Amino acid sequence: MPLLTPEPLVSAESQPSWLVSLAGSPMPSRREEAWRFTDLALLRALEGGLLPSLDPLENQQLPPGVSRLDAAEIQALAGTTLAATGCADAWPVRLNQGANPPVLGLRVRGAVEPLQLAWEMGSTPGLRAARVLLVLEPGARVDLLQVVRSEGANATSLLTEVILAEGSHLNLGLLALGDSAASLLAHLAVDQAASSTLQGTTATAGWGLLRLEPRVLQRDGAATTQLRGLQVVDGRQMADTHSSVVFGGPDGSLDQLHKVVAHGAGRSVFNGAVTVPRVAQGTQASQLSRNLLLSDRARVDTKPELEIVADDVKCAHGATVSRLQQNELFYLQSRGIGADQAARLLLRGYCEEVLRDLPAQARAWHPLEHILAAGAAG
Amino acid sequence: MIRPDAPVLLEIRDLCARVEDQPILKGVNLTIRAGEIHAVMGRNGSGKSTLSKVLAGHPAYTVTAGSVHYRGANLLDLEPEQRARIGLFLGFQYPVEIPGVSNLEFLRVATNARRAEQGSEELDTFAFEDLVRERLGVVQMDPAFLERGVNEGFSGGEKKRNEILQMALLEPLVAILDETDSGLDIDALRIVAAGVNQLATEENATLLVTHYQRLLDLITPDYVHVMAAGRILRTGGKELALELERDGYDWVDQELARLDAAPAEVR
Repeated sequence: MPLLTPEPLVSAESQPSWLVSLAGSPMPSRREEAWRFTDLALLRALEGGLLPSLDPLENQQLPPGVSRLDAAEIQALAGTTLAATGCADAWPVRLNQGANPPVLGLRVRGAVEPLQLAWEMGSTPGLRAARVLLVLEPGARVDLLQVVRSEGANATSLLTEVILAEGSHLNLGLLALGDSAASLLAHLAVDQAASSTLQGTTATAGWGLLRLEPRVLQRDGAATTQLRGLQVVDGRQMADTHSSVVFGGPDGSLDQLHKVVAHGAGRSVFNGAVTVPRVAQGTQASQLSRNLLLSDRARVDTKPELEIVADDVKCAHGATVSRLQQNELFYLQSRGIGADQAARLLLRGYCEEVLRDLPAQARAWHPLEHILAAGAAG
Repeated sequence: MIRPDAPVLLEIRDLCARVEDQPILKGVNLTIRAGEIHAVMGRNGSGKSTLSKVLAGHPAYTVTAGSVHYRGANLLDLEPEQRARIGLFLGFQYPVEIPGVSNLEFLRVATNARRAEQGSEELDTFAFEDLVRERLGVVQMDPAFLERGVNEGFSGGEKKRNEILQMALLEPLVAILDETDSGLDIDALRIVAAGVNQLATEENATLLVTHYQRLLDLITPDYVHVMAAGRILRTGGKELALELERDGYDWVDQELARLDAAPAEVR
């Protein structure tokens, strides 16, 4: 069981006042359950100020079927998924809204070419905020990859809102490659109509502080949600995923796999909430948290949080924390593969199980190499 | 095929082994020469699966006494991967699923490890694909299984075919097949058995660990050994397996009781 360490009394003064005033409230305290294991020291120490926002689609022609939302549409739609998924008041969301980056709004009609948003945050100290609003019309289909890279003592706030109409299909990837001095706070809020499909895959490595909150509402149930996560920590890095999936009607499905590789004194937190109220009969949900501890000093806290009221459902969850599997190692060794090479193969395979679900354009970024290198550094 | 002058490949003497604090093998003796097919039979818990794992070097088992020599070298000194490279193969009763590791790459790395030991040159991806496609025929396996993760989502029969495919690629001198027939329907059993027969030569040897006669209807053993309570209780020809099929294992209890009453006669 994790030990509760006494929280030093943190006064508002020990937090960068500009951050507090952007968010309109003090940073979360570890006395709040949702932030209990999350060390925000890097944010407390954040220097600089608000950095100019980026537009990764600047000067790019959008593929046929994709258009920018106009100001009135953004005005009408922005924030609706935050309210629907219950995170409008979350501190990272408030921070993003306080920073007030321009909303990159996209509408997708029909099946379109893959899209990519590359957020290159660079090495300048400070906070950079980005906000995306994606609307898929009925039957629309797209692969969207977001890449976030940072190389210095800065913080990134990324807020992504998605509205999926009936029968639409979104393959959404986030590849986030950071730096031990960098922080990333990323919220994803998805509002799914019936018979829509969300495949959400996130792979992260290298961040000193990472907080991911994917939140999905199946508005009327009867939708398909697949969530895949891989977070790699090393050194004294901290990665925290708090996910939430709510079924607002019957016959929805969730297939969630969250994987962690913890090297060095890295720390990982996973909290996976799944809410199945009485209206959500016939829900099928499975959630698996798999954690690979490759060091005695690494630490993992994982917690499924299933709230099931409906009685005619199939819900499964599980969590494993282990070193490399002895039976897998032996199987490879018994085929002449040396112990070191077998361990490398297993680690690669462990990561590939998630990385292969990223949208295809992710391959150009060589995610496996980056993720293995992130571990090798410590 | 029994040839008294054939070279000895595997020589097991008084082998004792335990898992955690539980002694499982209590003095196994077995000599295997080139060209021979041996079957080890016995009830659940007799130690026959443990014997195969100990020979392959499974880390959960500790050898407490006795010796195993492979072509004259002390096998027990070697790591599992070294045993495989010099030609010992274990076909797993429950082949392990390794999602994310491509079956094709796994097979290539394993094959190259064995080839390096034999002084053959490493096969690049193209040369290896040619080889593997040819060997797929041994077990009539669909090439689509090469693109999947190792045993990932394979049926029981597909896993066992994948084991025999590995055997066909690694060309071991001693192949130990642990309950290769378990979980197979009759068609899959025929294919797997035909593969094993095809791979058996005068130079190599096969040790079949099995529960049932049905595998031995398809692969004719030169010797049948009955294991009980961690040792080989009786050795005979292929007719011994038929006898077991007819009479069962009840005589084993009487035999063990007799041995326990007169421990000096054990050896």
